[in-house]
Amino acid sequence: MKPVIAAAGKTPTWHLFLGVALVGAIAPFVVYPTFLMKILCFALFACAFNLLLGYAGLLSFGHAAFFGGSAYVTGWLCKQVGATPELGLLAGAGFGALLGAVFGGLAIRRAGIYFSMITLGLAQLVFFLALQMKFTGGEDGLQGIPRGKLFGLVDLNDSMTMYWFVLLVFLGGLFVVYRTIHSPFGQILKAIRDNEPRAISLGYDVDRYKLLAFVISASLAGLAGSTKSLVFQLASLTDVHWHTSGQVVLMTLLGGLGTVLGPVVGAATIVGLENVLADKVGPWVMVIMGVIFVVCVLAFRRGIVGELAALRSRGGADH
Amino acid sequence: MKRTALAAALFTAFAAPAMAQISDNVVRIGVLTDLSGTYSDLTGAGAVYATEMAVADFIAKEKPGFKIEIVSADHQNKADIAANKAREWFESGKVDTATELVTTSVALAVMEVGKAKNKLLLINGAASTPITNEKCNDVTVHYTYDTYALANGTAKAVTKAGGKTWFFLTADYAFGHALEKDSTKVVTDNGGQVLGSVRHPFPGQDFSSFLLKAQSSGAQVIGLANAGSDTTNSIKQAAEFGISKKQSLAGLLMFITDVHALGLKTTQGMYLTDSFYWDLNDETRAWSKRYFDKMKKMPTGIQAGQYSSVYHYLSAVKAVNSDDTAKVMAQMKKTPINDFFAKNGKIRDDGRMVHDMYLAQVKTPAESTKPWDYYKIKATIPAAEAFQPLSESRCPLVKK
Amino acid sequence: MEIFGIPSALLGSQLLVGLINGSFYAVLSLGLAIIFGLLNIINFAHGAQYMLGAFVALLASKYLGVNYWLALLLAPLTVGVLGVVIERTMLQRLRGLDHLYGLLLTFGLALILEGLFKNFFGVSGESYEAPEALSGGVDLGFMFLPLYRGFVVVAALGVCLMAWYLIERTSLGATLRAATQRPDLVQALGINVPVLITATYAVGSALAAFAGVLAAPIFQVNPVMGSNLIIVVFAVVVIGGMGSILGSIVTGLGLGLIEGLTKVVYPEASAVVIFLIMVIVLLLRPAGLFGKQA
Repeated sequence: MKPVIAAAGKTPTWHLFLGVALVGAIAPFVVYPTFLMKILCFALFACAFNLLLGYAGLLSFGHAAFFGGSAYVTGWLCKQVGATPELGLLAGAGFGALLGAVFGGLAIRRAGIYFSMITLGLAQLVFFLALQMKFTGGEDGLQGIPRGKLFGLVDLNDSMTMYWFVLLVFLGGLFVVYRTIHSPFGQILKAIRDNEPRAISLGYDVDRYKLLAFVISASLAGLAGSTKSLVFQLASLTDVHWHTSGQVVLMTLLGGLGTVLGPVVGAATIVGLENVLADKVGPWVMVIMGVIFVVCVLAFRRGIVGELAALRSRGGADH
Repeated sequence: MKRTALAAALFTAFAAPAMAQISDNVVRIGVLTDLSGTYSDLTGAGAVYATEMAVADFIAKEKPGFKIEIVSADHQNKADIAANKAREWFESGKVDTATELVTTSVALAVMEVGKAKNKLLLINGAASTPITNEKCNDVTVHYTYDTYALANGTAKAVTKAGGKTWFFLTADYAFGHALEKDSTKVVTDNGGQVLGSVRHPFPGQDFSSFLLKAQSSGAQVIGLANAGSDTTNSIKQAAEFGISKKQSLAGLLMFITDVHALGLKTTQGMYLTDSFYWDLNDETRAWSKRYFDKMKKMPTGIQAGQYSSVYHYLSAVKAVNSDDTAKVMAQMKKTPINDFFAKNGKIRDDGRMVHDMYLAQVKTPAESTKPWDYYKIKATIPAAEAFQPLSESRCPLVKK
Repeated sequence: MEIFGIPSALLGSQLLVGLINGSFYAVLSLGLAIIFGLLNIINFAHGAQYMLGAFVALLASKYLGVNYWLALLLAPLTVGVLGVVIERTMLQRLRGLDHLYGLLLTFGLALILEGLFKNFFGVSGESYEAPEALSGGVDLGFMFLPLYRGFVVVAALGVCLMAWYLIERTSLGATLRAATQRPDLVQALGINVPVLITATYAVGSALAAFAGVLAAPIFQVNPVMGSNLIIVVFAVVVIGGMGSILGSIVTGLGLGLIEGLTKVVYPEASAVVIFLIMVIVLLLRPAGLFGKQA
């Protein structure tokens, strides 16, 4: 897919991370922490998704499979086997990577819409498995997942403690995304996105790069899902439903494809809207989400961060 | 500046409600329901309105010394949204109780949160028996009905009336399984036989193939262990395929709104068990008319139960002059319930509110004389019989 | 008599039901295939347009006293007009961009439509009666076939064949196909390509609405009837080959039959067997069963 990408800014790494970390550090004193944790999880999910769409140009319509699948795996490990949270998260990320390798291996053979449809189909299969397998609890979901003690020492049941942990995980994931993008590997991905035939003619094994991007994206998406399952102590079918796959597309699109912070902004906006609207307008939530989608696609393709970056670069930056 | 802040802090510390039993003298009731999805018609906005009615009536009649507030939210039948909202309500919203909670997965998830935060829960919409068995806890009241009562009512009556052989059409998720399991036991206990069952994906759209399987089994009764649009679709299609001519359908979970949606022509003669019917007596008619005037639909058992449970809760709060969960719960369990909704109602140790249930049969179009005149009440199932006896309970709270 | 342990009566009836479902899949995927094949747009709003067709029939009957037969014309017309509006005001702006934006736009439209109807009509759904002339049924021995369902198969197949003939065998169809591949040349020949494209989108949506009217008496008319179906129909189109009209018709019918069979043998999997097949087909025959290699 050749998404409309805003010109990338040249912000040094540490500016970005300091900024995000600062906001993250102050926020829980202003806003309800559990709500923030939800934003962080979805932000990580969206960043992972953006890696694949915004930078590799691949629209996966089945990312919920990684998000939800890892949520179940981590949940089960922590609840039934007594794994400590950091091990649970590692397992979740690992599962995401594994599933990503399978999905990627199957889907990358095709391009464009076919790629998306294969990912959708595979995700539906995962949904079906989640529905049928005993350990997931089917419609009830996997409930009562213990947060446990981090490294066996730090009790995560307190909201603030959990928040710091989630913030750290998020920053870690964001860092991975950032380093991936701003690396030779990332440059080649962008080249493939912008002009695949040329990349091939330059001798790059395009499929291998795509697959690797897919695995990284899936792994981080899995990490996001695993973290979410510990925050809410629940993994459910919603997490693997195609609506969730659609949601992350919306977050990324709204925030800004191909920007580092875009998905974060998009996730914050959508999660925020949902929370606020659920109380007030119930059924209109869906309509509003749809309107945002339509408006974004028609007039706002660069997304919030993209548009902001474009405004800034009119001040003379060169690309 | 600093001194003022210090002073303010000290003032707050000392003024802190050590005296008042009810936290900031406001009782906040949260209604967490499905406002827009599959179950919104049988509970949803109607349940919120029922809550408002209960609060208004309570204030008018009992003139309590505390204020009462209602907050509501749409959980969209998703356990995570519900748990998140409940958590937010309990942690920062100072909500004292979360109520309604339709959809089993939602109820179970919120039960975990309620237990962790020590807040009271009034479950009306959700149905599965694990709520008062394996998953029971001491902050939860399961008020309106459950799958055992449904099975015990409908399955028993139908089997006794001559429906000896059964075939189940089951929604393939926990609720459907529970309903099928409870009903199977009732059927076999009453001399019937279950010839087989088939599970359909949830939610389903086309049941023709499953119904044909039911048909080929030759069973006298096809038990529908599903709800909402699954039930209405199954019934519609059974009629289409002429299955209803030779076999009867038992809607194991049906509401008056489903009958209204399908029409009497399709549903006539069907048995169902309900916790409430608007046309039972003068009391129910009076209340239901008030409800109907606003909502333009007759209330379902869940909506009536919501009113009753909230009123009972408020009475308990007033009686012990506290919103402390344990105290209020003890009071609620001590006090019997006798209002337009429940006769001989009592909350047991496992959280189960037992009350009389009604076995009804849907009228034929000819028998129906006015709008919403849908049920013939065939029997009243007394509280002691309707629900699972404590002796069979798998709840750890029950002392045997 | 039993075939592989399944009573032949049951097998026969399940296959017949599968055929009926297959007809729906065929008409719906036909509309999708037409839109994709000729416009390169993945119309995610197709399910919502199907739902809209059913609602138009329902509401027209309720408030205007319009009968079923008239609804079969009215609904597609109404939704077709809506399709024109959508294409002109929104989809047109996306021409030239990656066609996945079309998917995202129509996805958003689907959310809007579904949300609006959910808001006004709730989710329980309402009944819509089949016309008198088609009530009752025929006893085929191994099952009782409701006349209406038989009619659905005939009507659906009829429309499919008509559409296929129109596109593959007439000069109008040839023009449309040419316009997809070389719009500039076709435009140079004096044919108004943008109008053609708008008309095609309108026809595609009208087909969805037609399927909706056919479906209304069978399923409850409710706002989510489309979204439940759309994912499956996508799979059908992908298996058939995205641009192939014949492919979607044949695949739709075939998958209906396979789904029916699965319901007999392993019912829980019936919701997902189509996706399994889709993955397998895409691996073995990447362009779909009838598709042309990209």
